[in-house]
Amino acid sequence: MAVQFSQETYRQFEEVLTHYPTKRAALLPTFWLAQEEFGYLSPEVMEYIAQLLDLSPAYVAAVASFYTMFDKEPKGKFHLQVCTNLSCTLVGAQQIVECLEQKLGIKLGETTPDGKFSLSEVECLGSCGTAPVLQLNTGDYYENLTPERVTQLVEELAKQA
Amino acid sequence: MSTMHAPVTLTIDGRPITVSEGTTIWEAARQLGIDIPVLCHDPRLPPVAVCRVCAVEVKGARVAQAACIRRVEAGMEVRTHTDQLTRVRRMLVELLLADHPIPCAKHEKNRDCALELLGEQYGLLPVSSGERERTRAAAPAPHQSRGRLHDRGGTIRVRPRVLEDGHDLSSPVIAVDHHACILCDRCIRGCDEIQNNEVIGRTGKGAQTRIGFDLNLPMGQSTCVSCGECAAVCPTGALMHKPLTIDVPLSETKAVDSVCPYCGVGCAITYHVKDNTIVQVSGRESPVNHGRLCVKGRYGFDYALHPQRLTVPLIRRAEFYPKGPLSKDVRGEDGRWQRKPGGIVDYAEVLPAFREASWEEALDLVASRLKQIKDRYGPGALAGFGSAKCSNEEAYLFQKLVRAVFGTNNVDHCTRLCHASSVAALQETIGSGAVSNVFADIQYADVAIVIGSNTTENHPVAATFFKQAAKRGTTLIVIDPRRPALADHAHYYISYKPGTDVAFLNGLMHVIIAEGLIDADFIARRTENFAALQETVKHYTPEVVEKLTGVPAEQVRTIARVYGRAKNAMIFWGMGISQHTTGTDNARCLISLCLMTGNIGRPGTGLHPLRGQNNVQGASDSGLIPMVYTDYQRVDTPQVREKFEKAWGVALDPKPGLTVVEITHGALHGTIKGMYMMGENPFLSDPNINKVRKALANLEFLVVQDIFLTETAEFADVILPAASFPEKEGTYTNTDRRVQIGRKAIDPPGQARPDWQIICEIATRMGYPMHYHSPEEIFRELVSLSPNLAGLSYAKLGTSGELWPCPDPHAPGQSVLFTDSFPKGKGKFVPAEFMPAKELPDAEFPFVLNTGRVLEHWHTGTMTRRAKALDAIEPEPFVEIHPEDLSTLGLQDGDWVRVSSRRGTIVLKVRSGNRTQKGSVFIPFHFREAAANLLTLDELDPYGKIPEFKFCAVKVEKVREQEDLAAASAA
Repeated sequence: MAVQFSQETYRQFEEVLTHYPTKRAALLPTFWLAQEEFGYLSPEVMEYIAQLLDLSPAYVAAVASFYTMFDKEPKGKFHLQVCTNLSCTLVGAQQIVECLEQKLGIKLGETTPDGKFSLSEVECLGSCGTAPVLQLNTGDYYENLTPERVTQLVEELAKQA
Repeated sequence: MSTMHAPVTLTIDGRPITVSEGTTIWEAARQLGIDIPVLCHDPRLPPVAVCRVCAVEVKGARVAQAACIRRVEAGMEVRTHTDQLTRVRRMLVELLLADHPIPCAKHEKNRDCALELLGEQYGLLPVSSGERERTRAAAPAPHQSRGRLHDRGGTIRVRPRVLEDGHDLSSPVIAVDHHACILCDRCIRGCDEIQNNEVIGRTGKGAQTRIGFDLNLPMGQSTCVSCGECAAVCPTGALMHKPLTIDVPLSETKAVDSVCPYCGVGCAITYHVKDNTIVQVSGRESPVNHGRLCVKGRYGFDYALHPQRLTVPLIRRAEFYPKGPLSKDVRGEDGRWQRKPGGIVDYAEVLPAFREASWEEALDLVASRLKQIKDRYGPGALAGFGSAKCSNEEAYLFQKLVRAVFGTNNVDHCTRLCHASSVAALQETIGSGAVSNVFADIQYADVAIVIGSNTTENHPVAATFFKQAAKRGTTLIVIDPRRPALADHAHYYISYKPGTDVAFLNGLMHVIIAEGLIDADFIARRTENFAALQETVKHYTPEVVEKLTGVPAEQVRTIARVYGRAKNAMIFWGMGISQHTTGTDNARCLISLCLMTGNIGRPGTGLHPLRGQNNVQGASDSGLIPMVYTDYQRVDTPQVREKFEKAWGVALDPKPGLTVVEITHGALHGTIKGMYMMGENPFLSDPNINKVRKALANLEFLVVQDIFLTETAEFADVILPAASFPEKEGTYTNTDRRVQIGRKAIDPPGQARPDWQIICEIATRMGYPMHYHSPEEIFRELVSLSPNLAGLSYAKLGTSGELWPCPDPHAPGQSVLFTDSFPKGKGKFVPAEFMPAKELPDAEFPFVLNTGRVLEHWHTGTMTRRAKALDAIEPEPFVEIHPEDLSTLGLQDGDWVRVSSRRGTIVLKVRSGNRTQKGSVFIPFHFREAAANLLTLDELDPYGKIPEFKFCAVKVEKVREQEDLAAASAA
């Protein structure tokens, strides 16, 4: 077996199973564990999860591909997820995206060659009051964005890297 | 067994109808002849209501309801056609058409894309006339029209779905066009719920959604087994069968209902024929397969149209005597291996040894030579091999020819190599070799054991029912040293050391007795000799069994308890049980297990040895066995013999004849001088074929009747061209005892003739006039001599056949046998002690060789290796070895290896596979260029006379690329 959970993650996985009446129901939390452990859901990881949960690979791939928050390919250290849903778009999400694309030299869905930045378009982040918004990795929100603010953000992050 | 449902009365479009509770509105309307349009629904599939075009109005309901899924209720008032509904349906169709290629491949070819037909119905697309050429000219080229729709004289614009490359032609049999897909889920449900393969899913979201195979791989690289169910249920051109012969619309073809020529499941099929060419095969609704097919049945039909078909009788030229092999690879010395690409017999090497002859000349020669041998050496010097691929009528006539005209009982066929041991055990213990219950009975079983059967590859359609049963609550126990794919669906999988079946089964019986799980009442009333069995299995404690088999004692107990406690339990087995020198003992143990728990005589119980060939049951029923006439009536029972002597008008030999391997030995030792071979290819199918070669070369006269030049035909004096399955009519009996009619779909090529006509000609020329007008007339004669077939006639068989026994001509045949008694009265326990296999691995030959089949090929490959699709999927031989053994041997997946036993050597590629145990290797026996049976052992089971195909000792060595491959090409 090429990929396998670490002992600690496997313990967490077994714990997750106890929350649900069927193994199938534990699919999404298992994805989270896997993404945490392996960085993204590679085909090998999806095969592994299919075996763990007695599901067909086709079913696992179907669910994984439906949710944008599960990465199907390796992401950069800083994953900038720009909301382009209605409210954000009304107040300039497109300009934010264009500014980031220009600054980073990549298109939506791509990762910089040095593996530092990934840029994605995501659905509503639930913060329409402070639109436009982006989320960094699975953590902080950056709100009321302007092209200047995101340029500054990218520069700061570049230094940290 | 249908469950009773309360009747429900409702009205649809003002018309009252009463249906059973649980019926859907769509089904109720269908019964009234009201057509509600559907896209995502197919009556064979569980409804999902994703397309919504079946919307209907139900009085009192807030919104329109999906008729395909909504159940009827008492007093419900349904309206199926209103202006509002038309608007709804029209809009739904319009949206789907927005990014559908017009016409899609299906509509272009057959004018039956369900979506485009609705588009035409609702005026969204110009209605094309019936004539195909005009349609094609009038329709815009695919894709140009995407996003534009004809609408009330204007156009509307919809943003098309963005699919980068929607075409996937990677599968050899199915063309995928994601653009034409309407995401109706039919293929997903067909794959999951009908075939239970679970290969297809949806990937992506929103406008990007498409169907995906496994982890969104190209179809040809996925785990798809090419059964074609998805293409069969697809309503549009998204999944299409690739044309295998000529590419014509089905509407231009003639439909001929028949049965599948491959395995013992006996699926009902329809041939679609045009210009004497089979265009396509579809599954047909029947109690056997319910429309399901596998890759061989659906895509393996074009062998019949292969240019290499024999079309003229052939006679060996004088300069090719003394006889010997003609192909270069066969001419090699014993034990020496050669490798040759392509596999099947090289016609250029073999044909020059023969000259074309007229039927008159060939038949006269056959008759005179066989007669000469009979006169000179006596009838016992003649023998015949019939075939389980031929019809009941042909099997019957063949054994009649050998018995009544040759004057000997030396007639046998490949059943000897398949279930002879099972039948020997069943005859001895209960008095009937046939299955007690049909395989579909698994749906009524609480527990089912499948042992020594790689069902998903060898009986693929039966396996779909097993998988379905396991999903629906039958506890499935799979037992096999080599892990079959069915194990993935099982609740328990047991693997033991090869050849220790008896020890394991005795262990189960030990526990069942020790823990009081026997059916004492059944044992007392309906069986005998239980004490002897008890005495034998006493010693097989789980701990002893663990030592012998490698199965942990606790697992032995678990399985014994699960089977022992089941209310209804069923046992299925295959060649993994029968093809051993202990084959009869293996089967005896399974029968004892069944008898001691009283698991027989009810639905969902009993014994089902899965039959291999499409007509192995029928050929055996028809007397193609050396010891018995039709219906297992023994040749050494005087009253029986008298009956047949009277019917056939000649004196018959009272001595049982020789079996397949004994006949080969006879030929080798010179006691058998002349042979008639109808459709058998012992050169590849029989064990230790180096010996078979010598034996065949030793015959004074050999006539081979076949559809292609086989390996065996190389040794023939005369070769007779026969009609293939779709070229003749006849009946075939499946594993369930169901006798079905195979109808003639096309004419044979050249001068090829149906086997039954050739047999009649030979008999007549040998002085025994044999004349029949039709197979039906032969069938009547067969039935008249076979008590268990009584009540059957072509009329009774109809389109979906009939089970024997069928004592009441006005009722269906019996699906469950032995409800009150066994044919021999009481069932007999026959205990068996564990005996190790005949040739155990040692230092020189450290691996155990197991042989078998793969999904795509059939036996010696004569047919399937000439079926384009099947050959494309699985073109070459391989040896499967466990990854750990591979690394020990310093080998990698794909390396060339030399596999040798004490009898021969073959060279082939290695495949890493953890289905095979460590210490074992698996080789499919289909492939001439690396014939597994060069290695196998011709030791026989003492009762069933079946050879040990599943166990012999071999060694595996890496081929040193340079010298060895050079030697191969030089040879």
